[in-house]
Amino acid sequence: MDLLEYQGKQLFGRHGLAVSDGKPVTTVEDAVAAANEIGYPVVVKAQVLIGGRGKAGGVKLAANEDEAREHASNILGLDIKGHITRTVWIEHASDIDTEYYASILLDRSAKKPLLMFSIEGGVEIETVAEETPEKLIKHHIDPLVGLTREEAIKVATDGKAADDVIEGVADALVALYEVWIEEDASLAEINPLIVTPDRKVKALDAKVTLDGNAAFRHPDHAELGDSANADPIEVKAAEQGVTYVKLDGDIGILGNGAGLVMSTLDVVAQHGGTPANFLDAGGGSDAAKVKQAVELILANENVKAVLFNIFGGITRCDEVANGLIAAFEDLKPSVPFVVRLDGTNDVQGREILEQAALPNVYAAKTMDGAAEQVVALAKGA
Amino acid sequence: MSILIDENTKLAVAGITGREGSFHTLNNRNYGTNVVGGINPKKAGSDVEGIPVFADWKTTVAETGANTAMIFVPPPFAAQSALEAAQAGVELVVIITEGIPAHDELKLYNQVKRDHPGTRIIGPNCPGLLSPGKANVGIIPASFFKPGNVGVVSRSGTLTYQIGNELAQKGFGNSSIVGIGGDPVPGSSFVDIIELFEQDDQTELIVMSGEIGGSAEEEAAEYIAAHVSKPVVGYIAGFTAPEGKQMGHAGAIVSGSAGTAKAKAEALEAKGVRVGRTPTQTAEIAMEILGSPTAA
Repeated sequence: MDLLEYQGKQLFGRHGLAVSDGKPVTTVEDAVAAANEIGYPVVVKAQVLIGGRGKAGGVKLAANEDEAREHASNILGLDIKGHITRTVWIEHASDIDTEYYASILLDRSAKKPLLMFSIEGGVEIETVAEETPEKLIKHHIDPLVGLTREEAIKVATDGKAADDVIEGVADALVALYEVWIEEDASLAEINPLIVTPDRKVKALDAKVTLDGNAAFRHPDHAELGDSANADPIEVKAAEQGVTYVKLDGDIGILGNGAGLVMSTLDVVAQHGGTPANFLDAGGGSDAAKVKQAVELILANENVKAVLFNIFGGITRCDEVANGLIAAFEDLKPSVPFVVRLDGTNDVQGREILEQAALPNVYAAKTMDGAAEQVVALAKGA
Repeated sequence: MSILIDENTKLAVAGITGREGSFHTLNNRNYGTNVVGGINPKKAGSDVEGIPVFADWKTTVAETGANTAMIFVPPPFAAQSALEAAQAGVELVVIITEGIPAHDELKLYNQVKRDHPGTRIIGPNCPGLLSPGKANVGIIPASFFKPGNVGVVSRSGTLTYQIGNELAQKGFGNSSIVGIGGDPVPGSSFVDIIELFEQDDQTELIVMSGEIGGSAEEEAAEYIAAHVSKPVVGYIAGFTAPEGKQMGHAGAIVSGSAGTAKAKAEALEAKGVRVGRTPTQTAEIAMEILGSPTAA
């Protein structure tokens, strides 16, 4: 789960990493009140989960109440690449001497946390990595030990942080690791990590991704993220314990198992179709769950045809067939379905479907054949 | 031969008394796998259809000589159970559980590597392993597979069945099928399993089925070029996956330009590994390379 900047900063603050005082608000009046309370100049920042906020006009400096009001009313409701700004973060504007960069992520290849630090902050770190890789320090942390202060000092020193802020940078890195490990983050990034004229080290931005699998030990994480901008079908699916990802096309997809569903999307695309969603009904899906999944797929109005691609292991094909029949009784879908059933109880499943003789349901023998047929049906619709 | 599991496997199961755990354990036993025990601290002394239940891994290993562990316990406790199996000296620990926090996997991997180098972990979030005709550890529906000369290693369960089924329709069987799982920190990688298939007499061709996210497929490409004499056929799922969206598996996510299916397929092809664009085509390439299926 990706956090909004202010949520990340609040986590940072809780773990002793310096951030500016600020307040998240959702109305112009609250924005003005917050700005007056914090003291000018303030920065008004759009809280959306997408880069390029500054260029889109989502980050503005306000020197007084009139400017705060003007910027807040312009930014609240602003559409930044499809993300509607519902919240702005008002913080006291910082004086900046230097901009550094720091992040910790899970290096899947090394199977260790990777700490990165650079004195080239405030720019795309990918650019630094490509053009001046010597300026990006990479340090693997032993997760059984943690990040020691000595290690952090060495990273700051190797990265050529200014002499008088080595200690301050090291403290920030240690705190950043504490955020990463204690909050079950997969990414914790500060860009820029600033040095102020009075030589304080502070996080001016925050990019944090939390591991949803660890939610059970972080009840406080439940309110985080950008639920206001989440797709309503994805939210409903999550509540039902089904993995659904909305896509841009018109062919609804249901399969069992993440890999098989991904593969199904690819095969549909190879036949010239465009998938409307990724939906993994999971292992052991019973009829009720299948029916719910059909409801999710049809909730997307773009869907012109639906493909069921099931290879039953734990999942029983007869259950899937019964779920489809139940869904048809209740929902009476107007779009055609192509159904491919293989694996556990496939013979029974196919028989059940044949006897039910549902209108507009076509049985397919292979995955390729099913994809071809559903693409043709979607185009004909 | 086969790899990792066979007639000598002595399986014990943590979470044997749960609904899924007992169902699949009995399935594995019915297949012929030697299931010697199970673990549930609250039900020690009881049995599951004749399989004795012990309080912990140490007792289980001492009483039964179990050499293979299967972990079916819920996500909050799974990594700890796997670690205790390693501490008890179990050589192969197969974690089926889905939804384990990535940091738990990270610590488990590093701790086992440091303190218990003799233990190999498969998974988490994997379907387990099958050596057709010999042993089944996990949830792979064994009836679709027969013994043969193709080794399969995959990040996805059902996709493995799909590819295995395509191979079976062409008459091929398998030496072993290994699901390494779809999580960010798998205990075993493609490289680890391909290394075993390379040494295995029964295996004449290796199929590796990858997907978006991470760089395990790219690392396998390098390894294959340097160390593998047997033909390898690849498949990668997720060409149509958008950036930044997790496609079901916790590890299946494209971040920026990293981890795309295209980059993975190209990395493999650059090292001479042919990559099928569909499961069907993957089986066809295997057929082209091996000619006709030969009995193992």
